Formats: sequence, structure tokens, C-alpha cells
Amino acid sequence: MSDFNIHYVAKLARIELSQDEESKLGVQLGNILGYIAKLKEVDVTGVEPTAHAFPLVNVTRPDEATGSLPHDEALANAPAKAGGLFVMPKIVE
Amino acid sequence: MLHRLTISELTARLARRECSAQSALRACFDHLTQVDGQVRAFMSYDVTDAYAQAEAADAELTAGVTHAQKPLLGVPIALKDLLAHRGQPLNCSSKILGNYRSPYDATVVEKLKAAGAIVFGRLNMDEFAMGSSTETSAFQTTLNPWDLTRIPGGSSGGCAASVAANMAYASIGSDTGGSIRQPAALCGVVGVKPTYGLVSRYGLTAFASSLDQIGPFAKDVHDAALLTQVIAGHDRRDSTSIPQPVPDYVAALAKNTGPQPLKGLKLGLAKEYMIGGLDPEVDAAMQAAVKQYQALGAEVVEVSLPHSDYAAATYYIIAPAEASANLARFDGVRYGARVDGKDPAELNSKTRGAGFGAEVKRRIILGTYVLSSGYYDAYYIRAQKVRTLIRQDFLKAFETVDAILTPTTPTAAFKVGEKSDDPLQMYLSDIFTISCNLAGICGISVPCGFTKPTETTPRLPLGLQLLGKPFGEETMFRLAHAYEQSTGWHHERSPLG
Repeated sequence: MSDFNIHYVAKLARIELSQDEESKLGVQLGNILGYIAKLKEVDVTGVEPTAHAFPLVNVTRPDEATGSLPHDEALANAPAKAGGLFVMPKIVE
Repeated sequence: MLHRLTISELTARLARRECSAQSALRACFDHLTQVDGQVRAFMSYDVTDAYAQAEAADAELTAGVTHAQKPLLGVPIALKDLLAHRGQPLNCSSKILGNYRSPYDATVVEKLKAAGAIVFGRLNMDEFAMGSSTETSAFQTTLNPWDLTRIPGGSSGGCAASVAANMAYASIGSDTGGSIRQPAALCGVVGVKPTYGLVSRYGLTAFASSLDQIGPFAKDVHDAALLTQVIAGHDRRDSTSIPQPVPDYVAALAKNTGPQPLKGLKLGLAKEYMIGGLDPEVDAAMQAAVKQYQALGAEVVEVSLPHSDYAAATYYIIAPAEASANLARFDGVRYGARVDGKDPAELNSKTRGAGFGAEVKRRIILGTYVLSSGYYDAYYIRAQKVRTLIRQDFLKAFETVDAILTPTTPTAAFKVGEKSDDPLQMYLSDIFTISCNLAGICGISVPCGFTKPTETTPRLPLGLQLLGKPFGEETMFRLAHAYEQSTGWHHERSPLG
């Protein structure tokens, strides 16, 4: 897979990798991509893709307000919080 | 000795008040304290909470509540570390969840509690269920209770080892490509992957949403059928759960009567699974199982699953693709460990770089790649089309047979470290279990014998897999039960049991 750029794809996936990780994972993923390329052998002309084995469509519930997690419980696992909100670095200056 | 009992043996004693739920729990904890230093199946357990549940169960038993009303009343059952249990830690054996504690119960936990079970303990697994050995856990490798130099299988390795070593009467895990059946086989216990949609996944940390299914580990088929019965059923909180009634699986076992209980049932052997390189001892166990099934009255015929050779490649596109989307939620914002950054993107990248282990990174990156612009059709859509062909193979085979018989794994348990540096070899250890998830059908692994011991290696358990029709659990359990009862492999206990 000459066009597989691990640095670029890791960035898309928002995973910071060390140089060592990049080279090791790059080789391993190259081998895996080589293996999965065997699907090219299969004739899939006219075959519909399967997303779920038993697709259910339009699964909805009645549009009625129900209880939800209390505010403090929803925030209980937050790595940083203040004033009842999650705290994050500034997005816009 | 109570810890060695099956669920049906334990509930019989509880019903007769020959033992208490608290003593049943104490037996587990006493044994766990003795052996889990070696096996390392548990990540943690909350003794106080478990005894409070046991005390409540004893009060109900004293008040006259029966096991007909609450089938698991007083039975301690442990959980894989990816199921939400209110107030308890949930780590998916990953560093990225930090000190996370679940704010609610998963539907299966609610159902177990409603059935009277004592739900305790967090069982080790491969990180985010990605692996076949528990070696990708960020915390510990669980060891096989039959041979402590070997892996217990994965990803639900802690679940299988805890039951094989009698530290829990049963456990609940999840199976995305074999993560229940493969460790069950390698640890010599029963493991069930129910049909896709049978068990609600509300409160299960998602790995690959079109493949994941929750199921039980048990000491025998009767217990496995009972547990499946308890956890199955439609749930409005899981939009993929199927709105249909749950049959009585335990009652179905009673249909097995007489010397030829399986007369009229037909089993298929897939010719594509009779591959070269199958371990001779696995092959011999399979041939003996076929003879056993014939003696039980079943007809055994050859079937064809022509696209079997493409299952692993299909799986290793679809599962990582779905994982890359599902694991996007671990971003360091709302829960878990965080590594700060100057902007949100850097915070996300540093958090995920530090929090995920190598296997999870490999799969997320692979999944991101196969879904990326320019490669989506060539990889992901093509894999979904091959998935259609794999599913059609099974549905066609099920027109002539009631279930398909295979080995669960190509070999017995391998050594710690043997495959951990070669991800592709590790992936191929799941070749017999992967198709079941792609096709959305049900499967069970049942003990079917042992390897011959040598001077350096003790005997190791082997597993037989039955693949059943969609929602064909009743017949699948009957087939597994008749075989088990006629062979007695389920009476064998590991040296640490």
C-alpha cells in the first residue's frame, strides 16, 4: 500500500503518535492492508451492501419528555468542569 | 466447596436453605483470594456492595421468594469491564477512561439484578475488546487456569478464566468476532453469542455496532441457556434490539429425551472449514464429536460456505471502520483521562495518543483509512458487499441443516507472547468465529475434550462450536446440551478450580 500515509491518517483520527509508533504501526498496517486486499478477488457485481444483519428502520419512541441523568451525575466523570459545564481550551480567539 | 457448583446446583441448595447467598458469595471471594493472584482475571471487585446484595437476596429467600420468580436469586455473577454497573469503575481495560465510574446500569445488569443475581467484579479483557488473548489490556494479562504459561483467549479472557477457575458461578461478556466463544473454548467452559438483536446493548461500551452482542459464560449448557433467557429481550433503549418475545430456552432442553434425543435434526459440516493445517488434536476431537452426534440421532451432512476464506478480511475492514467512529467519543472532554493541549484538536490528539494502547491505535487508524475519501468504496463498501455474500452462504446452508458444527478455534490456548508481536497472526486465530457475527446468527462453544498432556504441557481444553439459525437459540441449546450430557466434558475442572 504505497499510498497509505500513516502520519496523515493518524492526524485524521486525532491520535498523536511518536516516531517509533509511526514506523512500527506503519509496517504492521501495511501487512494488514496487504491481507485485506484479497477482497478484490470477489465478484460483487450486483450485490447489495449489508450494514446490519437485521435492519430495523424508523425505530422511534413517542415524543414525550422522560427523565434523564441529573446534571451533577452527568458531570461527575468530567476531567475539568466549572459552573456546571465541561471546561475546554478556547476554540476561537 | 460451594464455589464449584453450577448455577442450578447452587439455586437448588439456596432454595432448600442448605446454604445462604452470603455463603455462596463468600466461597467465591475466598477462592478468588487464593487463586486470582495467579490468574489475574479480575481488575477490581467491591466486597461491600456484593455482600449488601447477598444480604438482600438472603432476606428475599427467607421471605419465601422462589427461583421460579427470580431464577438467579442469590447467584454471584461477574461482568466484563465494558458493561456499565452503576457506581462501579468501567475501564474497558484501557488507560483512557481514567477513574470513570458508571452513572447507570446497563440493561443486562438491570435484568440480572431483577432476576436476583449478585452482580460483582470487573473482569479483565483486551483493551476495548480488541484482541484474542487479553494481552492488549493496559493493566494485566489474564492467564489460563489450565496452564499459567498460556493465554485464556480474548477479548473476554477474564470472563472465561473467572468461570473456569470457579471464582464466579457465571460471567457476562461481549462477542464481536469470537470474544465469548474463543476464550470459552480455550478455558473449557460454555460461551454463547446470541443472535444479533436478541440482547440489549444499552450500557455496553460499543466496539463495532453491527457486530457486537452480549452473552454469558457458564459451567454448563443449562446455566448458559438460563442466563441467555434472563438477559434477552426487547429494549427501547437499544434501537437494534428486536421486538419479539423470548422463547423458554430451559424448557427447550427438556425436549431432549430418550437414547436418540436429536433424531430428526440435521447438522452441517462446512467443507471450507476442513482446511489444511488444522491441529491434529482439534481434528480428532471434531471427528469424535461428529460420531457422538450421529449416535445421538442427528444426521450429519456436508454443507458449503463458499466465501469463508474472505471472512477475516471482511471483518478487519468493517470492525475497525465502526470502531473508529465509536471510539471518537473518547476525546478527553466529557469523561476519562485528559492530556491538555493548546487547542481542542491538540487536547484530543494528545489524550488519545497517551490513553489508547497499540492495538486500539492500529484499529482506529485502519478504520479511519478504509472510511476516508477515495478509499471508502474500495474497502468499506466492498467489504459490506462481501458480508452480504457471507450471510447468504449461511442462510442457504440453513435451508438444509439446523446448525453448523465447527471447531471453535484452530488450536488450543497459545503461549503468552506467542502472537502478540504479529497482529495479523493474532487476527487469524479467530477464523472459525468471525463469520457468525458478520452473518448476525447465533453461536455457542461447548467443551469437547483435551489435548494430550506432555512432559512440558498439561492437557488443554478444546471447544466445539455450533452455529445456529437467526433466533435459532432453542435448537442450538438442545444440540449443545445433548452432546454435553452424553460426554461429560463439562464435569472437568481446571487445576485452579
